[in-house]
Amino acid sequence: MAERERNHARPRGVVFLPKAQVMSAEDVNRAVTRMAHEIVERNHGVDDLVLIGLQTGGVPIAERLAATLSALEHADVPCGSLDVAFYRDDIGLRPVLPEAVTDIRMDLTGRTVVMVDDVLFTGRTVRAALNALGEFGRAQMVQLAVMVDRGHRELPIRPDYVGKNLPTSRDELVDVSEAGVMLGGLVSK
Amino acid sequence: MTRHLLDIDDLGADGITEVLQVTDSFAEVARRAIPKVPTLRGKTVATLFFEDSTRTRISFETAAKRMSADVLSFAAGSSSLKKGESLRDTIETIEAMGIDAVIIRHPSSGVALQATRWLSDSAVVNAGDGWHAHPTQALLDLYTVRELHDGDDGCFRGLRVVIVGDVRHSRVARSQVAAYVAMGARVTLAAPATLMPPSVEGWGVDATNDLDEVLAEADVVSLLRIQEERGSGAFLPSLREYTAEFGLTADRAHRIRPDAVVLHPGPMVRGVEIASDVADLPNVHVTRQVANGVAVRMAVLFLLLGSGETSRAAGDVPPPPAPTHAGPTTANGGSRGS
Repeated sequence: MAERERNHARPRGVVFLPKAQVMSAEDVNRAVTRMAHEIVERNHGVDDLVLIGLQTGGVPIAERLAATLSALEHADVPCGSLDVAFYRDDIGLRPVLPEAVTDIRMDLTGRTVVMVDDVLFTGRTVRAALNALGEFGRAQMVQLAVMVDRGHRELPIRPDYVGKNLPTSRDELVDVSEAGVMLGGLVSK
Repeated sequence: MTRHLLDIDDLGADGITEVLQVTDSFAEVARRAIPKVPTLRGKTVATLFFEDSTRTRISFETAAKRMSADVLSFAAGSSSLKKGESLRDTIETIEAMGIDAVIIRHPSSGVALQATRWLSDSAVVNAGDGWHAHPTQALLDLYTVRELHDGDDGCFRGLRVVIVGDVRHSRVARSQVAAYVAMGARVTLAAPATLMPPSVEGWGVDATNDLDEVLAEADVVSLLRIQEERGSGAFLPSLREYTAEFGLTADRAHRIRPDAVVLHPGPMVRGVEIASDVADLPNVHVTRQVANGVAVRMAVLFLLLGSGETSRAAGDVPPPPAPTHAGPTTANGGSRGS
């Protein structure tokens, strides 16, 4: 998440404290490889496939999936990014700021779109992303890949490809980075 | 961001940078095949213009509509003001219709500030009050300069900006000075002695009566219109005399740096502050300014209306522990739950 929004959203004097590592960097690599194979299997190849990373956490994972898919199928799998700030349903309720600029340079009409995010929680970002995607054409199919599904859904949304199912409590935080996946919470400094 | 935008001082350098960064996202929306997002659905924005305007009014209305807000348009000339209703009653009547933001322009300085005292809930955006301030114009100028520097937030530091023309009567110049100075630019005002404000002490700028002395090294040349409706004409021997000394003539256009950016807030009067041929040179970014104006105003309206608890959450009050939305997961290190 962009430093900008983070600074707005976090109460002063509160920091993220990691409690336990739930996936190592190697685990994340293996999950990316497995999810790439599942995507190829489900879609019978990568024809018409487009990966869209949700800003900001989903973008690096989408890029890694695209690279893995391209190598696997000897094809060029396009990859874009989407910021859903303008489509959220909590505008005016909490600080919502664009995190990065949307970058989708193709018409999605008729294509199979795999949306990629780091953590699936309430499902509200995905709901917003589905609305936002509609502005870029009528995709033939939209699928969802996430590195971590932490539960606590508030909308009828389920992922198609999951790196890891991780039971969490509502007030915990999940951090996905290059170094792996950490589970932690907010504590006062 | 503050609740109202009355002047650049409400923002400071961090606030200006935030507006410019958020504008990047709205500029992307403007490039889409369908340049419309549902961000401000259900919000109502009223434009109250007590003074003539083409681009500012249309720009604000376009910005609000591209974010799916409803727009009420008020023109002083066809209103009950003609029947003797006071400014205060007019503004309160409009708020009673249930609006979220008032965009106000008035020939008297301070009207936007006064309006904030009369309005209980609505955000106020100053779209120009007398000689005082026109903050969104300054912001779109800065965004245009930043865009020409590949979106570099730091491009203003040390930038040499020359503001030419009727500084005395210009709210645009006052907001430009505040914005450029806050961002670390070196601003020089170039105007005839009669059109220079009585004092620029505390503005943090240089002033000169000789444009040619400063033109050659300017990175940004920002032209102002001679505001005859504010009586600028009486301060000049003639418009031709002004053009000879301060107009961007073909001869002067040869002497500016090839990469210098020429801006004008519009309406541009060809043949007075800028020669007609010069106005069409590639250095002159007037239409880019107008296009960016919509994106900047989208960002301003979004920051005032969209990010409801920004100011509170950034303060010392922690957000509720178990909100129905993504809430605490937006904090440091944790991913926003999708």
